[in-house]
Amino acid sequence: MQSDIKKLSLILLFAPFALWITLLIIIPHMGMVVLSLREKVAPRVYEFGFGNYIDFINEPIYWNTLLRTGSMSILVTFLALIIGFPIAYYIAKIAGKRSRGALFLLCLIPLWVSDLIRAFGWILLLRETGVVSSFLLWTGAVNQPIEFLYNDVTVVVGLVYTVILFMIVPLVSTLDGMDDAMIEAGYNLGGNGLTVLRRIIVPYAMPGIVSGCIVVFMLTAGSYLTPILLGGKNSSWFTEQIYDQFITRFNWESGAAFGFLLLAFTSIVVWLGLRLTGQTLANTVAKQ
Amino acid sequence: MRRSMKITGVIAAMMLTTASYAQAETLRILTWGSYAPDELIQKFEKENPDIKVEVTYSNNEEMIAKLRATGGAGFDLAQPSHDRIYAAQLEYDIYKPLDLSKIDTSVMEKSLLEGVKENTTIDGEVYAVPHQWGTSGLMKNKAMAPDVKSWGDLCDPKYKGKTSMRLKRTILLGTAFAMGENPFEAYSDLDKYQQILDKVAEKLIECKSNIKAYWKGGDDLSAMMLSGEIVASETWDSTAYKLYDQNKDIVFVPPETGALAWIDTFALPRKGKADDAAYKWINFVLKPENVSIMSASTGAIAAVKGGLDLLPADKKAAVNAAFTAADIDNLKFFANIPPGVEDMEGKTLEKIKAATGE
Repeated sequence: MQSDIKKLSLILLFAPFALWITLLIIIPHMGMVVLSLREKVAPRVYEFGFGNYIDFINEPIYWNTLLRTGSMSILVTFLALIIGFPIAYYIAKIAGKRSRGALFLLCLIPLWVSDLIRAFGWILLLRETGVVSSFLLWTGAVNQPIEFLYNDVTVVVGLVYTVILFMIVPLVSTLDGMDDAMIEAGYNLGGNGLTVLRRIIVPYAMPGIVSGCIVVFMLTAGSYLTPILLGGKNSSWFTEQIYDQFITRFNWESGAAFGFLLLAFTSIVVWLGLRLTGQTLANTVAKQ
Repeated sequence: MRRSMKITGVIAAMMLTTASYAQAETLRILTWGSYAPDELIQKFEKENPDIKVEVTYSNNEEMIAKLRATGGAGFDLAQPSHDRIYAAQLEYDIYKPLDLSKIDTSVMEKSLLEGVKENTTIDGEVYAVPHQWGTSGLMKNKAMAPDVKSWGDLCDPKYKGKTSMRLKRTILLGTAFAMGENPFEAYSDLDKYQQILDKVAEKLIECKSNIKAYWKGGDDLSAMMLSGEIVASETWDSTAYKLYDQNKDIVFVPPETGALAWIDTFALPRKGKADDAAYKWINFVLKPENVSIMSASTGAIAAVKGGLDLLPADKKAAVNAAFTAADIDNLKFFANIPPGVEDMEGKTLEKIKAATGE
């Protein structure tokens, strides 16, 4: 009797999750797989085949864009980690109990504003007639307006700004659980700052680092607005290719194939990252 | 037991609300931003108290994508451009034929009506009638770039880093015309068209270092033009007219090879449920007193007889500043896009975007 109730409550608890996964994730993706394996032979006539994937391999523009998106996303992830780690460490370990909450809140505030508005904020600052350029002109540091927008550096800066929070939050929560005594012990045993960081803090924070990196990388590779709005005439982003295939070229079949290629590519990068750092996915969720 | 009572109550309430909805017919319009001004909607609902108007704003590509996703359901009236009917209907079967007897075609400008009918007739059935028309061409700041008059002038080194264009099919076609080709004639011979596209791509890749940035929508184009960051650009005429209001130096320039003209149409989605209401709306917005309200909002010219005179005064001034009668005669109307061309053009655009021009 008791076990029956347990079983029932388990099923009831599990049902919403299962429904969500099947109806909103698995079934639509199955549809996309089927779509991506259709080749258009004539109007309203389709055949089963791998043509859309073969097109991708045969067209250097496509895989170059994918590689570009991938490498820039890795750069963004790396920068977000380098910049985010000290911030997270300060919030979790150095700041006082009371200021900690305030600092954390300060980090969250940019999230209240939509991506679009934040990108437009950057545009206002960085355009040729924008705030930064005008200020430099006014101080006399430069003698003609400078265009900061429309290049890859701006895209990277904008993306780091957008995603850094998703690096800071998991790092703070991991570092928060770390006993200060461990750091003290490190120093007591004669380690200097660098050794303590390398041998104690980073290994302890590893699950947070890995989960932060995965989230940031996935968000960056899949982002659309920031690269489109801040990017220049040469900066293609892979999500833009997918949009173009679906919307401007009416080519849903190849758009679906591109979507899967992006999913496969990012999954492989994450898997490689886990292998290289010797972590497992399970590690990042449940500690020890 | 009490719970099931509650559920019954909720279901009953839902049925009641759907029933009350069914009494008032809903007209769901899929159209361009500003093509259904509030003033007209209120007036229409007052004249037809049993019809409720719902508007979804979109653009050509997204309209087709939306209708394709549902096989033509979800909307009762769509307004794609005249060149987006034929191929989309052949490929995706998303429109239904019009019953021309229910539309007052006598008020429409004859040449535009015939042009659209010719472009959108499949198996003897007409799928669209014209609503508003306008052009794509160039825009220049007279004070800073006085002698811009051809598509090719955007690539003039004199204006290095000070011009813009939208990386879409318009600029491909415009550049082709500027190079002495006629891309619309080449639609019937796709090999020839590919050759033209290759030449155009070469030219536009070379031109990349001259371009400041590719604009993506009317807003970023306006900002760049008004701030003087660019002095000339490819543009929609309505955007140029709006800027003319704010700075009289910014004018629309029909390129010497002819501005490219588009006609936005009325078409019925295949699974639309309120055809009669849709016909009522079509006839309603074609009435002269409503045309003025519509044109004030869209900035485009209505496809009715004397449409130019029905423009509000400020728009009329901008049009007159831009067009001579000869320019109007020289208009190049977008030809029907045959299947396959979108893919060829898309690939060319990708090639240009991916090339490193500097």
